[in-house]
Amino acid sequence: SWFRQINTKFQLCRRFSVDKAPKIGTEQDTSSAEYKENYERMKSLVTDLRSTVSKVLQGGGEKARDRHVSRGKMLPRDRINNLLDPESPFLELSQLAGYELYGNDEVPAGGIITGIGRVSGVECMIVTNDPTVKGGTYYPVTVKKHIRAQEIARENNLPCIYLVDSGGANLPRQDGVFPDRDHFGRIFYNQANMSAQGIPQIAVVLGMCTAGGAYVPAMADESIIVNKGTIYLAGPPLVKAATGEEISAEDLGGAKLHCSKSGVTDYYAEDDEQALYLARRAVKNINYTKNPGVTIKSPQEPLFPSHELYGIVGANLKKTFDVREVIARIVDGSEFDEFKAMYGETLVTGFARLWGYPVGIIGNNGVLFSESALKGAHFIELCSQRNIPLIFLQNITGFMVGREAEAGGIAKNGAKMVTAVSCAKVPKFTVIIGGSYGAGNYGMCGRAYSPRFLYMWPNSRISVMGGEQAANVLAQITRDQRQREGKQWTEEEERALKEPVIKKYEIEGHPYYSSARLWDDGVIDPADTRTVLGLSISASLNQPPEKTRFGVFRM
Amino acid sequence: GIRHGSTIPHQPITKVLIANRGEIACRVIRTAQSLGIRSVAVYSEADRNSLHVAMADEAYFIGPPPASQSYLCQDKILEVAKHSGAQAVHPGYGFLSENTEFAELCEKENIIFIGPPASAIRDMGIKSTSKAIMSKAGVPIIEGYHGEDQSTERLKQEADKIGYPIMIKAVRGGGGKGMRIAMTKNDFDDQLESAKTEAMKSFGDQIMLLEKYVETPRHVEVQVFGDRHGNYVYLFERDCSVQRRHQKIIEEAPAPGLSEEVRRSIGEAAVRAAEAVNYVGAGTVEFIMDKHQKFYFMEMNTRLQVEHPVTEMITGTDLVEWQLRVAAGEKIPKTQKELKLKGHAFEARIYAEDPNSNFMPGAGPLLHLSTPNPTDDIRIETGVRQGDEVSVFYDPMIAKLVVWSEDRQSALQRTIAALKQYQVVGLSTNIQFLLDLANHKEFQAGNVNTDFIPQYSKELFPDQPLTSQAICQAALTMILNKQDQLYRTSIDSLDPYSPFSWSTGMRVNENRTQTVSLFDGDNEISVEIIQYSNSEFEIKTPDGSIHEVTGEIENSGDKLELTCFIDGIKSSSSIVINGNSLHLFSGTGNRELKLPVPKYMESKIGGGAAGDAVAPMPGVIERVSVKEGSRVEQGDPVVVMIAMKMEYVIRAPKSGVVEKIVHQVGETVSKGTLLIHLKEDSES
Repeated sequence: SWFRQINTKFQLCRRFSVDKAPKIGTEQDTSSAEYKENYERMKSLVTDLRSTVSKVLQGGGEKARDRHVSRGKMLPRDRINNLLDPESPFLELSQLAGYELYGNDEVPAGGIITGIGRVSGVECMIVTNDPTVKGGTYYPVTVKKHIRAQEIARENNLPCIYLVDSGGANLPRQDGVFPDRDHFGRIFYNQANMSAQGIPQIAVVLGMCTAGGAYVPAMADESIIVNKGTIYLAGPPLVKAATGEEISAEDLGGAKLHCSKSGVTDYYAEDDEQALYLARRAVKNINYTKNPGVTIKSPQEPLFPSHELYGIVGANLKKTFDVREVIARIVDGSEFDEFKAMYGETLVTGFARLWGYPVGIIGNNGVLFSESALKGAHFIELCSQRNIPLIFLQNITGFMVGREAEAGGIAKNGAKMVTAVSCAKVPKFTVIIGGSYGAGNYGMCGRAYSPRFLYMWPNSRISVMGGEQAANVLAQITRDQRQREGKQWTEEEERALKEPVIKKYEIEGHPYYSSARLWDDGVIDPADTRTVLGLSISASLNQPPEKTRFGVFRM
Repeated sequence: GIRHGSTIPHQPITKVLIANRGEIACRVIRTAQSLGIRSVAVYSEADRNSLHVAMADEAYFIGPPPASQSYLCQDKILEVAKHSGAQAVHPGYGFLSENTEFAELCEKENIIFIGPPASAIRDMGIKSTSKAIMSKAGVPIIEGYHGEDQSTERLKQEADKIGYPIMIKAVRGGGGKGMRIAMTKNDFDDQLESAKTEAMKSFGDQIMLLEKYVETPRHVEVQVFGDRHGNYVYLFERDCSVQRRHQKIIEEAPAPGLSEEVRRSIGEAAVRAAEAVNYVGAGTVEFIMDKHQKFYFMEMNTRLQVEHPVTEMITGTDLVEWQLRVAAGEKIPKTQKELKLKGHAFEARIYAEDPNSNFMPGAGPLLHLSTPNPTDDIRIETGVRQGDEVSVFYDPMIAKLVVWSEDRQSALQRTIAALKQYQVVGLSTNIQFLLDLANHKEFQAGNVNTDFIPQYSKELFPDQPLTSQAICQAALTMILNKQDQLYRTSIDSLDPYSPFSWSTGMRVNENRTQTVSLFDGDNEISVEIIQYSNSEFEIKTPDGSIHEVTGEIENSGDKLELTCFIDGIKSSSSIVINGNSLHLFSGTGNRELKLPVPKYMESKIGGGAAGDAVAPMPGVIERVSVKEGSRVEQGDPVVVMIAMKMEYVIRAPKSGVVEKIVHQVGETVSKGTLLIHLKEDSES
């Protein structure tokens, strides 16, 4: 028949399927000493991460948990599990927030659990107070984490569900909580503005909502309150002090009062389980559709197991590895269409799919030269034009220095890449898989460049420069100064200057230190990178695409 | 026997009306169709969508659900027969099958009643008459008093003469109604009174007979057939000893352990019994047999019995076909010599009932029904399909599973295997009980008697804790099923592969740990599950043991097929999740587990609070013995319900004051319906 003829001809002239995607990655010699050592090192970092997180997951300790449960209330993480679609994942953010931040005053997870999960089929930002931690009061880091969660919700168009059970601002730390722009008040500002943008705001009152906290349900689009929940601007003791009125907490701001009289809340629940059920119903009724706006293919597992990343990357930042081996263990089918493979080789760029979504990947394979920066800028333009999400695999000591580099215009070429990164409106995701130093951090979409999400591997480090470099710079300056003054400077003195600097950088560059301060959205197991990125991309695609307009590129 | 030739005219039957419903109606229709006879069904309001209506060539509506207004309405049925042009009426069993008046009416209307002559029904229907006839015909009968002097004095005297234990039985009684046993002389007065009261209520007659009570008796019955040419044959015997509430649940043919001599003599006695009343058609002569295989005539059932298929299986006959032929005036198709006993057959009756609540009958929808594949050796006689309802108005039998094999042992083995494949969800069934019964070593050995169930109740109602394997299977299924639901909801969306739907149970830097609760009766089973991937779990069962479990489910629409490895051992099972029930069908048996219902759902569906009286089963309210505002003590009867022709007294669960009577006399209620709302004493 006609069809068959055409078909045969077509096959003849294209006998070999040229559409097959190129694969990257190589088999690892898993028995080599280097691989094994790398593997063990990274493995122990991951073990430490998991054991540190496991303590954080316990919240405010056994006693506080027992007391909470004995009141017939659910623990905050159980609340989340009951809210989510059964068996769906939960992309928890910044588990290490507040970690060793206030000395002996421990605030596990910053006293607030935030993350993205599916509720009634809709990806939502879930913000949950942990009343077992300091009574759910807001420490500075709690505020910061709450506001970061709202920022993520706003950038990605995610409905917000607040599971409120909080004593409000932590009074002793009021200066870090109350007065500034990004302090407590910003929470309600965000609620109002997100609501204005059509991002649903749903509050579930599962305990106390005192003072400022009362505004969370009051500012919400819809709010649910559990039988024993209370909402008031001032609690019974304050009322008594202010007006002399003696009143019980329930009569002052109980669930029945707010559902039947004040109208502060809309739905009444007998217990936590019912309240969370009502929240799920509320999400059902927001009439929300996710339209990803990108082509989607059926996902495929990479050709190589993800745990091999341990053996490839290791824990020594001075050791180099080919970032393509990392890409090969993250993307669908290990398929990677590399862009400009022979140009600016210290930056690897190319197209791939991750969990079926199209992505553009930018990874470091050494210090950035002018060519690498130009190539990076070009690739970012491509992805922005085509609405392809960008993934930055950051392992960078910085841009090239020296006479030749400067003469070659490294500053303006680097600036081109920074401009491109700054202005690109496609979803950007950054994973710091090694070093994140200096201007390299800028070009590779550090925190300041508003990636939708930023994660760190446990082996990574982040600082303005490496500790030793910083120590050397400081030593050099001191030495020069001494020389000008004609003074002597012994090696001993030099070591005494350098050591604390190196130590300080080591502490402050550590991913836990970063995560404790919300400089990232979480430290993750390298083996989970693919899933975490997949979840993050999925979340980001709730935001309809926005057109990019670049600034002036200095030519 | 001698083959009589005679001049009985042949009356061809080309259309038959089946005055029955359920499996027996379907059974008759099937044979009629194979003989090219058109079938006419009748149906009540409740049976409009029943299988027998669907199968029949024609079907006529005859009235409301209660049998007294439909299947028992003789005139309506005869009218349908005339209107449809059916030459014959097959009454099935129950309903009008042993109704003399109906048989006579048919004769008068010139319609063939497929059964014996009215006179034979009458003779055999009255027990004292039947015994006298049998005694005269040389059929062994049990000692007793069948006299007219019904004074307590005389009855007591006669009882002394016969000796204890003694059975007191209503002359018109049946199905265990109006029957009592006095173990000693002291018992006699009470038992007599009780039997009389029940008989009066059930049959409007309280004439009693006395009989020697045979201990550990067997119930052995013989299938006989007669034709209008005076020919008689017996088709060997069935053992129906194992009974609950005086009703059979598992029958077999031939009776185990009978010598050839006893077999022949009991068969011949049965033929004599049939001859004595000029019997025509299919009949069953019931005997009681003691441990020395001495047998005594009990009664004759003048109809096709429920358990007739086991006889068909061992004789290679179709008894419905025989009935139709004989009714048409033909001779019995085979002579006694031609009838050979081959192999062994069992019939297990699958009922909607709860063996653990004294076999309380149930009703409800058959939400899920799957059966073993029928073959020549495995018959499934049923009148219902998946989606049908077992109605409160009729017998709660769901199906008869009939299995044949070369010998008793292999037939029993195959019966057990087939029962395991019988999966019913929506109502309680006796399937697990039948399995326990069939697996009992005394049953396996053929040591049966009519007290079998009470005698071995400890072993038959085992307090079997769930095995770790079953717990793991149930817990795993719950998780995998939720995963499956998640995948299904996402696949239709614009973002079908989002890891928010597919990386199930994923948590950051931790392995998801969850506690799953299941209820085995009132016993809560908490299982701790750690998840390593979509399909790899570690399950900690309540006994503290930890199991590595992997598995996958396949959703075949209405049930889940689970294949899993528990500690490296592969197993498979079928699971049906219906509302908050989880039914696990596995090689080790069938279990129903309950999933916890959130409190906020409970208050909506249950309706009743702790102090309220609820219907323990579906049925009709017969009597309300309290008024609103009246005070009741715990245990006081408050409502009487009728279900499956039995009365049930519902008692006050707590002391208090009747606040509301929710349902009135005559209303039909479903299981769990709130009947009486009580205000407890402690409530203020």
